[in-house]
Amino acid sequence: METKIKGRAIFISVVLLVCILGIIGLPKNVQELRDNVRNRIRLGLDLKGGTHLVLQVQVEDAVNITADQVHERLGDELKVKNVPYADIQKADDTTAQPPKHRILLKGIPQENAAQLQTLASEQFSDWDLTRVPGDPTGWMLALKPSAAAGIRNQAMLQAMNTIRNRVDQLGVTEPTIAEYGQGDFELVVQLPGVDDPSRVKDIIQSTALLELKLVQDGPYSGREAALAAHGGVLPPDTKLLPGPTGQTGETWYVVNSVAAVTGRDLSGAEPSHDSSGRPSVSFTLTRDGAARFGRVTGANVGKQLAIVLDNRVFDAPVIQSQITDRGEITGGFTPQKVQDLALVLRSGALPASIVYLSEQTVGPSLGADSIRHGAMACLVGFVAVMAFMLIYYRESGINADLAMILNLIILMAGIGYFGAVLTLPGIAGVILMVGMGVDSNVLIFERIREELRLGKAVGAAVANGFEHAFVTIIDTHVTTIASAVILFAFGTGPIRGFAVTLTIGLLANLFTSVFVSRVIFDYVLSRREKGAELSI
Amino acid sequence: MEFFHEPKIDWMGKKWYFIALSLALAVTGLASMVIKKGLAYGIDFRGGTVVTVKFSKSPSLDAIRSELDRQNLHGATIQGIGVPADHEVIIGLDLRTTTSSEALDEGKRAIVTSLSGLYGQGAAGKLDFNNASPPTLADHLLAADPLGLSSKGLDAATKTYQDLAEALVNFRNSPPRSGLISDFADLSSVQGVNAGVIATLRNDFGLSSYAVKNTEIVGPKVGKDLRRQALYVTLAGLGAMLIYIWFRFELVYGIAAVIATFHDVIITLGFFSLLNKEISLTVIAALLTLVGYSMNDTIVVFDRIRENTRLNKRQGFVDLVNQSINQTLSRTILTSGLTFLAVLSLFLFGGEVIHGFSFALVVGVIIGTYSSIFIASPIVVYFQQRMGGGAAAVASRSYQREAAPVRR
Repeated sequence: METKIKGRAIFISVVLLVCILGIIGLPKNVQELRDNVRNRIRLGLDLKGGTHLVLQVQVEDAVNITADQVHERLGDELKVKNVPYADIQKADDTTAQPPKHRILLKGIPQENAAQLQTLASEQFSDWDLTRVPGDPTGWMLALKPSAAAGIRNQAMLQAMNTIRNRVDQLGVTEPTIAEYGQGDFELVVQLPGVDDPSRVKDIIQSTALLELKLVQDGPYSGREAALAAHGGVLPPDTKLLPGPTGQTGETWYVVNSVAAVTGRDLSGAEPSHDSSGRPSVSFTLTRDGAARFGRVTGANVGKQLAIVLDNRVFDAPVIQSQITDRGEITGGFTPQKVQDLALVLRSGALPASIVYLSEQTVGPSLGADSIRHGAMACLVGFVAVMAFMLIYYRESGINADLAMILNLIILMAGIGYFGAVLTLPGIAGVILMVGMGVDSNVLIFERIREELRLGKAVGAAVANGFEHAFVTIIDTHVTTIASAVILFAFGTGPIRGFAVTLTIGLLANLFTSVFVSRVIFDYVLSRREKGAELSI
Repeated sequence: MEFFHEPKIDWMGKKWYFIALSLALAVTGLASMVIKKGLAYGIDFRGGTVVTVKFSKSPSLDAIRSELDRQNLHGATIQGIGVPADHEVIIGLDLRTTTSSEALDEGKRAIVTSLSGLYGQGAAGKLDFNNASPPTLADHLLAADPLGLSSKGLDAATKTYQDLAEALVNFRNSPPRSGLISDFADLSSVQGVNAGVIATLRNDFGLSSYAVKNTEIVGPKVGKDLRRQALYVTLAGLGAMLIYIWFRFELVYGIAAVIATFHDVIITLGFFSLLNKEISLTVIAALLTLVGYSMNDTIVVFDRIRENTRLNKRQGFVDLVNQSINQTLSRTILTSGLTFLAVLSLFLFGGEVIHGFSFALVVGVIIGTYSSIFIASPIVVYFQQRMGGGAAAVASRSYQREAAPVRR
């Protein structure tokens, strides 16, 4: 009997030691102790302070862009294959959810039908080609739903990576970027320690599409002026883009549609200063990009090159000489804006725009308040329950209280080891577990009292108490853990923290109230004389 | 020490008193919900903007409201929270009906503009120390270098000033200041601060008399998704419970348990409505926890009823139920009492943020225990009397299926 108790006691001590190590590590002084605890027990945003954003990636943008590109290419491809056509029109069905992209071709002669079909299956395999009923020369290209879905998912992944890239570059500690909700292309971004999210939100949201395009004409003071100068119709393959708004008002430029160089050709972007000392962004190009850039600038010395960001002309300097691998963007930036622009260019363009759905910012002082309140409530609840057990069950109450303390230590260690996040509802879960966990001890002790009342010997009473109460303890724990699991499955953030702490706490409670309490009883009994009363 | 020494009370005889009490509570709650046109949904279900602000002096709520009205933000809810000495105020704006992407934090910006207009530092061009974050402070300190660290190299200086900025912000956020300081001289007790540091701060920053502690902005889509989620979760919880008890006992018992739990939820929600408390997602989580917890007590009583039915085939069912309740009374009151002690401590000391959650638990534990003992059993008895001894036969049938007897 003695060795069995000793063995079990050693086991419990080992568990206790491992748990304490798990919480405080091996500190050499008080400061290290505090740091270790802070590192091991991860705090949720509601306790640490920070920002929680839910945003939606407008993946339809990406599909639209692809459809537009096809629409532009189609005409060229048909010309190359010498297939005559009368008209190519977009014929999207915007009432469908999600919208169906379609292109209507008119005036394709019968003898070219086979050519058209070959072209479609080779070059535009993501689109279904069908005849238009009632029109012998009419054909309809419809984007396959599977292809559209593929574009959406790809855009979502790319957006997530780009956003992660940008957030990392901002130096936020331990950010979380993950999918959210049920399949509506929503993302949750958690930024601990960020209590002013406006800069981060702007950086995340910035489309950052950089294009360098040759300027055909400009600047004009307005759209109408630009159109008028070209007789009402823009030259082929050009676009009209707004430029910076200066003292004289708006400016508009007529630029080439196709960009000489885009953001994808960037190999780096850094904040620097231009020749006049003003803040600017200097960028470097990849080898392919540099080659293309060299060709364009070499052939167009003296013309203006528009630096277009998100379809807005930032600047349009004159090409002095052939430039190959680097360039500079200036434009009245503040040092902060230059940092942000370089960051955003480095991370790449977003394939689709971002809309914010919800935003929560917990200030650090509120987080500190919450921790204090939670700890106080925990302490008071714990002391109250412990005191009650002592009064109601006398010396056996000490047994229950010791088990309770061990339970809490294992719980905190469990949170640390599993990397669970402690939230304010999580602290509430700890308190709830204190109340429910001691229930197991009550069950056992009540049973033991009942057995003693029936006249059983002390040892037999204790054994019976534990044995009969065991099934009930398992039962009550399983039912509560089951509701915690449902909460975890459907809940977010703070509620998950609650579910996790409650579950870990109850599992630990199974160990302490059944095994540890039993060992303590055995030890106490072995020290008593036979026939002595049990203080319960 | 023992509270209940073998009680022998006729519970079923008194069942109409309990049912009457339950009906009274339920009807009051429902009436309150009807009169107030539904429940007070928290921001996460309703959508909108809520900003929690701490002031150094008691703010004029009217001044804030008229400032917001001036910016075309009408119908704002402004109320004090917590202890009056804390000077904390919640400013809430309902969901705007605009759908542009700017609109999400438009409300928050407007509120902050109003506040800085009324309670800001008045010194234009300076940043606000009370609402600044450590990186901003660190940047300014690094630029001015009041500690003369440029000789130690950029990295060392940056790290020192970052740590200093953290220390300053921690000092500002800890009680009794809780986010607001009124004089830069107060900072001199922070380690690493000298007169030069204070001079730099005084130069670059002003001190407003407000600090934004918390912002929550929920758009319409998220609000709608959360409402749906809450409904599914509640239904899933109740459904799981029905199946579990049906599996362990019989359908009759399962239905009784579900009715009892439903009764708990209605009454708890009724209390929320009566006392004008908000229902947030954490409150729903608390209700679900209670569903699981309440099941325990119900199972304990049902199990004892079943065991007694097997042992005492000749005793009347009503007597059996009474006996079962009496036998399990001590245990049930004790465990519920202890849980109640714990959640009461949470309610009293847990703070504002978790107030709804702890209130739901406090009310729920009391009502849940009460219903497990005094509502679920009469329902079972009622079914038994309707089915003419069916439930008792059913009970012993299901009991024979069980592997081993368990006395609780």
